[in-house]
Amino acid sequence: MNETPAETLSVVVEREIPFPPEKIWRALTQPHLIEEWLMKNDFKPVVDHRFNLSADWGSVSCQVRTAEPNRMLSYTWDSKDLRSVVTWTLTPTGTGTLLRMEQTGFLPDQRQYYQGAKGGWRRFFAALEQVLARTD
Amino acid sequence: MPPNHDVLFRTLADPTRRAIFERLCRDGDQTVGALTARAGVSQPAVSKHLGVLKRAGLVRDRHEGRRTHYSAQLGALAPLIDWTSQMTGFWQSRFDDLEDLLKRMDQ
Repeated sequence: MNETPAETLSVVVEREIPFPPEKIWRALTQPHLIEEWLMKNDFKPVVDHRFNLSADWGSVSCQVRTAEPNRMLSYTWDSKDLRSVVTWTLTPTGTGTLLRMEQTGFLPDQRQYYQGAKGGWRRFFAALEQVLARTD
Repeated sequence: MPPNHDVLFRTLADPTRRAIFERLCRDGDQTVGALTARAGVSQPAVSKHLGVLKRAGLVRDRHEGRRTHYSAQLGALAPLIDWTSQMTGFWQSRFDDLEDLLKRMDQ
């Protein structure tokens, strides 16, 4: 099989939120609050602190890279088939905060890319087969 | 031009064809003969499935003397596994939950 370069990935989600950066910072950094919008965790806003995010579908291993209160938070985000970094940027606006999340990373190799995806498309094709069977 | 979703879905919806493709993904290049030995269908049937996979861009053939080796083209699956849009959807809904939380929080 030919070796192909790892696929890079970059996702940006940005939203203007009608609350001050200080309040958003709390939601991004206090474990009981993080759990309410993201996942269960043992987060601390301390550089190099390692933590896990866990959900019923699996877990994500993370390590804090940057924690500048009310301004910027960055941590690694590694799952079974993804190595990435998530960076939150908080910019005050006249009426609230521009909250920006950027995730950049890569899928380690094509084989895992395939393995990771396989579960998903297996389920999809099983459902498709049922649909096709009914439409005969 | 890369094949569209419909072609990929239709191509891989057949269990025998999908098994052939998975075998190529798992075990690397193979000849029709080697694939037939494990496929449980006749060699012409395997050849026909390989033709469909090839037209969908999922396999590539390489001639070596009188033999033809087939290999899986994992890149062709990319449209089915668009990580960027999956992750964007994930973060959009996390932002929704974050905003709901902020409304409920004091101050």
